[in-house]
Amino acid sequence: MLNNENKRSVENETLPLGVEGLVLQATNINKYFYEPEKFQVLKNISFEANRGEFLALVGKSGCGKSTLLYILSTMDTAYDGLLFMNGERLTDRTQDQLAAFRNEHLGFVFQFHFLLPEFTVLENVMLPALKLGKYSNREIEERAYQKLKMVDMQDHALKQSAKLSGGQQQRVAIARALINDPTIIMGDEPTGNLDKKNSEVVFEIFKQIAHENNQTIIAVTHDLDFAKGSDRIIEMSDGQIISK
Amino acid sequence: MRNANLIIHQKPHRKLETVAAQYPKKMNLKISLQIAKTHLLTKKRQTLIAMLGVTFGIAMFIVMISVIKGVNKFLEDSALDSSPHIRIYKEITSNHPSIIEEANPLNFNIIYHQLPKNELINIKNGLQIAANIEKESAILGVSPQISSQVFFNKGPVPFSGQIAGVDVLKEDKLYDLKKRIKSGNLESLLSNSNGILMGKVLARNLNVKVGDKITVTTPTGNLKLVKIVGIFGFGIQTVDGVKCYANMSMVQEILQKDKSFVTDIHIKMKDSQAALTYAKVLKNQYGYKTQDWAEANSAFLAGDKIRNSMVIMVSLTLLVVAGFGIYNIMNMNVINKMKDIAILKATGFAGNDIVSIFLIQSIIIGILGALLGIIIGFCLSYLLSSMPFDAGDFLDIKTFPILFEPKYYGLGMIFGITTTILAGYMPARKASKIDPVAILRG
Repeated sequence: MLNNENKRSVENETLPLGVEGLVLQATNINKYFYEPEKFQVLKNISFEANRGEFLALVGKSGCGKSTLLYILSTMDTAYDGLLFMNGERLTDRTQDQLAAFRNEHLGFVFQFHFLLPEFTVLENVMLPALKLGKYSNREIEERAYQKLKMVDMQDHALKQSAKLSGGQQQRVAIARALINDPTIIMGDEPTGNLDKKNSEVVFEIFKQIAHENNQTIIAVTHDLDFAKGSDRIIEMSDGQIISK
Repeated sequence: MRNANLIIHQKPHRKLETVAAQYPKKMNLKISLQIAKTHLLTKKRQTLIAMLGVTFGIAMFIVMISVIKGVNKFLEDSALDSSPHIRIYKEITSNHPSIIEEANPLNFNIIYHQLPKNELINIKNGLQIAANIEKESAILGVSPQISSQVFFNKGPVPFSGQIAGVDVLKEDKLYDLKKRIKSGNLESLLSNSNGILMGKVLARNLNVKVGDKITVTTPTGNLKLVKIVGIFGFGIQTVDGVKCYANMSMVQEILQKDKSFVTDIHIKMKDSQAALTYAKVLKNQYGYKTQDWAEANSAFLAGDKIRNSMVIMVSLTLLVVAGFGIYNIMNMNVINKMKDIAILKATGFAGNDIVSIFLIQSIIIGILGALLGIIIGFCLSYLLSSMPFDAGDFLDIKTFPILFEPKYYGLGMIFGITTTILAGYMPARKASKIDPVAILRG
């Protein structure tokens, strides 16, 4: 017990809590693929993100931006380097610990909405909050409704999620990502499946989240308009960051 | 207070674990249960099919074990009913030491074609022995008898049978003979010294009824004209087709033996199980061969163990097959739900949550399937128990013998639920090990 505490305290010195606004710090992230042969996909990636920042992560296909995002998501733990979020060291944590962290502090929007088809819109948004268990079921229902209002989907709350259009489903996915008021919302091509109009809607929602709610957005995107509207663009090429 | 020493070096921060630990674990099961329920309800047909495998297995198990146990009990009761618990008799055997052995014990003697001695087949002091045994508290009743093979003459054709000379009241105490009388009555034997009570199948074969007279021939050639004063039926071919009762004095007379000549002593005890050990005691005490009811009916009862094993084997097989069905269905479920599992993991559901979502589905299928199984099993058993069943003269039963016992139903539930837990666990574990990244990236 004592040794672990010591180790953690040494590591924590690189990111003392209270430094204003720093919500994410990645240091010297390296990752290799081994199939079909050893290939280094991320080379010494280091960067930081601040609270309330709207970050776009761009680059050509194969540059490693999605790979980096999934490492930041805590779902991919096969990397070298250090990752801190919210002042906590996430590198070398167990899967269950990381799951608990994601539950409380992260929200995800993917290219595909991944809504559970057997559940209603409202139930889909409620699920991560039910898992967190911070509020009562009643309160969670109310909060979920509020999030749906934010994305203008409150009228569809009791519909089966499978019965909505693509754009509507993606908005519900955003509401779900927001339910636990996460520090960081991560997106993997969130507008990838959407037409221009729906992409604009999603973009506006993200901007609102970042600037009004002071939540951080990190979105991998090919959408140039989307990237242009962000606060900061991190461009990658061949596994390295070429501008941030 | 554990952290007090380290505060100098460490910046205060909240431990990751406290979030999940703050809120009780059972919260997680509740959500898993909710998700599991929704999955089951949205795919009702699939759920039902999975259930039916278990239902069928359990229902068949219930029916089979109720029938088999019913048959076993019936046979055992019949055996107990119409046999003495213990029968003492003199065994005629060639297996006794020859006089040469007694004269030259140290030599190596070889004797060919040894014949049985021409000795009396009676139990010495049989009546006294019977009286002694009767005094014991564990004894229900004792009936000493003199029995012999005889021929019944109906016209030119002799029918073989057995005549037992008894004190008919003692015999009644042992076998409830009064109840077995089909026509005529027991008391007539007391008032008719040449009367006999005949088994109903024998009477039918000889085409005689109460009041008829018939000639009886003994092995030594004596003839006697007897009158049928009653006909009885035990419901068992080996008795009803062979046996007759007569007064002891009459049989002693036709066999030309004296009044104390007794060949068998039949005993009934208050506890039938006790007979098995008491028989050995009596053998040691009096030196005569004793046969307990289980030995006497071993042919009847031999099938017990085999039948029981068969039930277990067939039931287990059915349940294993049902288990495979469930395994398949749950595997398919997991594959179909890979996207859902990925997003659940992304939003923070841990491996155990995923396992419980799928395992709970299996368990619910098991419980519902088993419940349905025992209900159907009961209905089928009930139907069977009212089905007419004619075993001819061999056994006197009118309907299928079924045993209804709650412990079989409990056992059925346990089997069903265990099978589904075992079958559902592996797919559930597989689900929890799914890598979300591969799926989310598409």
